[in-house]
Amino acid sequence: MDEAGVTPDDIQSIDDIRKLPFMQKKDLREYYPTDTFAAPIKDIARFHASSGTTGKPIVAGYTVHDLECWAEGVARCLTAYGVTREDIVQVSYGYGLFTGGLGAHDGAGKIGCAVLPTSSGNTAKQIMLMKDLGTTCLCCTPSYALFLAETIENEPDVRPEDLKLRVGVFGAEPWTEGMRHALEQKLHIRAYDIYGLTEVSGPGVGGECEFQNGTHLWEDMFYPEIIDPVTLQPVEDGKEGELVFTTLTKEGMPVIRYRTRDLTRLIRERCECGRTAVRMDKILGRSDDMLIIRGVNVFPSQVEAVIMEMPEVTGQYFITVDRVNNIDTFDIDIELKPDYYGDNLSTIERTKQQLSERLVSVLGIKPTLHIVEPGSIERSMGKAKHVNDKRKFKN
Amino acid sequence: MITKQLSIFLQNKLGRFAQVASILGDAGLNMRAFTVTENADYGIVRLIVEDVERAVETLRAASFAVNLTDVVIISIPDKPGILAQYMRTLADEDIFIEYMYAFSNNSHANVVIKSNDNQRCNALLESKQAESL
Ligand SMILES: [Zn+2]
Repeated sequence: MDEAGVTPDDIQSIDDIRKLPFMQKKDLREYYPTDTFAAPIKDIARFHASSGTTGKPIVAGYTVHDLECWAEGVARCLTAYGVTREDIVQVSYGYGLFTGGLGAHDGAGKIGCAVLPTSSGNTAKQIMLMKDLGTTCLCCTPSYALFLAETIENEPDVRPEDLKLRVGVFGAEPWTEGMRHALEQKLHIRAYDIYGLTEVSGPGVGGECEFQNGTHLWEDMFYPEIIDPVTLQPVEDGKEGELVFTTLTKEGMPVIRYRTRDLTRLIRERCECGRTAVRMDKILGRSDDMLIIRGVNVFPSQVEAVIMEMPEVTGQYFITVDRVNNIDTFDIDIELKPDYYGDNLSTIERTKQQLSERLVSVLGIKPTLHIVEPGSIERSMGKAKHVNDKRKFKN
Repeated sequence: MITKQLSIFLQNKLGRFAQVASILGDAGLNMRAFTVTENADYGIVRLIVEDVERAVETLRAASFAVNLTDVVIISIPDKPGILAQYMRTLADEDIFIEYMYAFSNNSHANVVIKSNDNQRCNALLESKQAESL
């Protein structure tokens, strides 16, 4: 605050929040384990920690009041999905340091649901209990839900119609509309997004409603802002940028203008469901992934979104950025679905042209497209690698 | 007659066509005719083979993008002016040729034609052939 030249007198209204500096993941790491806590350890009721794959994790501390607020956030989400005390809620998020399991558990408990704390893993037992106890609501990551669905498909003794599932509560990783349709069809459920992060609280910072048209953020607890990740200035209302949160009720580990790195936009219009809580759009990508090409901000996820719209292409792509004679080059390799290669160069060129026009209108910059052979873009088992920025290795 | 032509998409990389040829050769599949159309980045090989089904299967198994297109094949005497007569017949009937390629063996020339109306194209060419016999 001293460095930013801000004193308590400068804060008169919520708009003055813009005068405050940002917090980032590295700040929380630097003050590992508890130096960012605002409450003494005797008032801390629980710890959680992030699953950082490198270096020290981020430790979050919660007071009793924090845990109550957290459960309230999750309970609001579940209620918005139509879950009531009549429901049997199976929590297949991992229990432990990860916030998913206990977060969903406490939220469902607050409503008075019957909670089935299966945690993650042991899929056969998960399915058996789901069937025998008549689970109506499943909470887990969307990828685990898909795995469960596929396991059920291959299980002769269990058919989706034998299950009583009707609501899926999926979060902790980004997922697409395509995945939603697949999960809804396979499991005979309505699938809802639940959003959150350990640094801010945990799952239940926000969630969708029955209209599935944006994630309502519980603004009375978490004040959201959207900033330009480069200039760090607030963007115009409704424009895309990085989501930033200031916690309004947290005692254990409050954060001020915490940069989530998630890119989205806020929707201020009143939702059809009647909730006035602001909504955030689908997460467009992560600001860490942003490329600046010829001065234009480009996100691989924007390229992906355009490609996913085109029926002719497989969805596989690879971006190469380089600098030749001081000018950035921007190339994208794209595969067509095998049937669309045809017998004619002009058909391929036409597809390429359409794709190029769509990309220019979305990105504001023209990439050089290369149609490549099917299967030639390297597949990855884990997180796919879509970008090679060769500029980083020069100078 | 109307037959299936294979088209194979290839990036312009050294030895890519050699791979296609050796995959077919190893499977004992004989190429009867082919042509390549290309630009700076990639090309399409159009190919006539004897056993279409097996050729498609073999190439797809090697993850090549293979598509099938109907084409008309006609065998005509390999003499000056004959092809011109056949082409005139098609033009008179408003049949457009999208592309064609030919190869001659001994006394005959085999012409592969992709037209805007393969059915009519084939009928016209076959009746012209019958007429000239
Ligand atoms: Zn709503």
